[in-house]
Amino acid sequence: MTGENTLRRTAFSHSPRPRAVLFNFIIYLLLALSAVVMLVPFLWVLSSSFKDTASIFLIPPQWIPKQWHFENYWNVLTGSNLIRGFCNTVIIIIPPIFVGMLSSSLAGYSFARLQFPGKNVIFAATLCTMMVPGVITLIPSFIMFSFYGWVNSWKPLIIPGMFGAVTTMFFLRQYFMTLPKELEEAAMIDGMSRPKIFVSIILPLSKPAIVTQIVLSLNGAYNDYMGPLLYINDINKQTLQQVLAGFQGTYLTQWGYLMAGSVLALLPTMLIFALAQRYFVEGIALTGLKV
Amino acid sequence: MKSKLYRKDVFWGYAFIAPLLLGLLVFLLVPLLSSVYISMSSYDLANKPVFKGLANFEQLVKDPIFWKSIVNSLYASLGVPLGMLLALIVALMLNKPDIRGKGFFRMLFFMPTICSAVAVTFMWKWVLNDDFGLINQVLKMMKIKGPNWFSESLAMPSMIMMGVWGGMGISLLLYLSALYNVPRVYYEAAKVDGAGPLRQFFSITLPGISPVTFYILVTGLIGALQDFTRFQIMTDGGPNYATTTTVLYIYNNAFQYADMGYACAMGWALGVIIAVVTIANFVMSRRWVYYD
Repeated sequence: MTGENTLRRTAFSHSPRPRAVLFNFIIYLLLALSAVVMLVPFLWVLSSSFKDTASIFLIPPQWIPKQWHFENYWNVLTGSNLIRGFCNTVIIIIPPIFVGMLSSSLAGYSFARLQFPGKNVIFAATLCTMMVPGVITLIPSFIMFSFYGWVNSWKPLIIPGMFGAVTTMFFLRQYFMTLPKELEEAAMIDGMSRPKIFVSIILPLSKPAIVTQIVLSLNGAYNDYMGPLLYINDINKQTLQQVLAGFQGTYLTQWGYLMAGSVLALLPTMLIFALAQRYFVEGIALTGLKV
Repeated sequence: MKSKLYRKDVFWGYAFIAPLLLGLLVFLLVPLLSSVYISMSSYDLANKPVFKGLANFEQLVKDPIFWKSIVNSLYASLGVPLGMLLALIVALMLNKPDIRGKGFFRMLFFMPTICSAVAVTFMWKWVLNDDFGLINQVLKMMKIKGPNWFSESLAMPSMIMMGVWGGMGISLLLYLSALYNVPRVYYEAAKVDGAGPLRQFFSITLPGISPVTFYILVTGLIGALQDFTRFQIMTDGGPNYATTTTVLYIYNNAFQYADMGYACAMGWALGVIIAVVTIANFVMSRRWVYYD
């Protein structure tokens, strides 16, 4: 009798209580609803990019186009500066990201490991610059670059970034601090110089942190709109985001073109995100840095 | 031997930080200092700047559109706490151990964050279109006549809605990792003491994640107060300045009216407002942020 009783009780506690089931059901319902809210705009853009203007305006909406208008893509690719904009963007974002990563990581390594007079003061001062809101230097930077004669060239978008970024430096410094010192000490005894240690020991050990930073800055630079808007007027020098924004004027009523352009502009981002989602997630969970 | 190594380290120490510091000097410090002078001058890029003292700041105090833009920027930044609240709710739901698909939902909410503001704004132009937009079509199915989302009174709430949709991803990610890091023992101890789920939430979870809440609030407000791209593309500040953010107004003054001095002065004013908001956050945080 006692045995039967325990048996029943365990059986009972293993099957979920109806209230808990209902609770989870509500949670799934809410999550599904939010998933729809997040996804539908993307799906509609994708679907409209294959439609002609008349079927875009159909009510109720046609989610799967009855007729596929691939020519939206063709016309956008051949009739606009989109491809050129993409190439320009690639040319503009590569040097600041890779050279800038070198500058940031060198400084991060120095602050993490090397000893020199005034280090802590310089480090604190460097971090303080993160607190200056971008809006204060927006206009004076433009004036400075126009003074150099850099306006309407790519220089203001390329050159400053090559000197590195404080946020990246800080992130990498924190990472370098966690690396074991023993490897470096052994290398020093073998007579390895600091630059050699940095290149052959520190950089290979820090691959995840560096890839995280590259992915985040690649995405940020690719999506940047304000920088190019300020500095580049020449239509042949414009970046992808500028060309896309310009669609508003040229394809005012042709939503199919607008949407095809948006899909094309989003493709590289989505691809990088699909391949490197882990790095985005870890990078932001670790530092909370804005993309 | 040791001192030789140390001397070498000193050399490399300075050499390694040199590029970053040089960049900061040339591309941050020079503009920062020169903007002090420009903000006190009249300057149109073509002619030499003419010093005029505090005249730009006097003009700014009397400029109703400047103040409207400040109010607009503060209004728009209401989206930050709103987005945080929603992100926390979603994070709490996903944090339940028996809920599946955490990675999928996290990815889904994060997707707009990585997308270009230009493309996302185009997307929302359709979502909010009053004839055939998504929201008004859904309302129509429920036999409700959808409003014009870009009217003077609704334009800003529409922009806030869009901002919440696009900005929840980062908060969600940060909240998920914060919830994960609240020590389990606290909940077990609370259960022993007979605390219900609600009590546990307010006495353990909320204080436990308060540093992250504070972090998102501070950085989110700094970002929101300088929002520009989506406003420029969606409404260009209209109708009747209802969505003119301060940075948009600064941009227009500099590049449409070529009034660099005035634009600089407004940049400083917004910088001061951001500093005040941030300091206020830090002061108030003593009351509600708990560090272990």
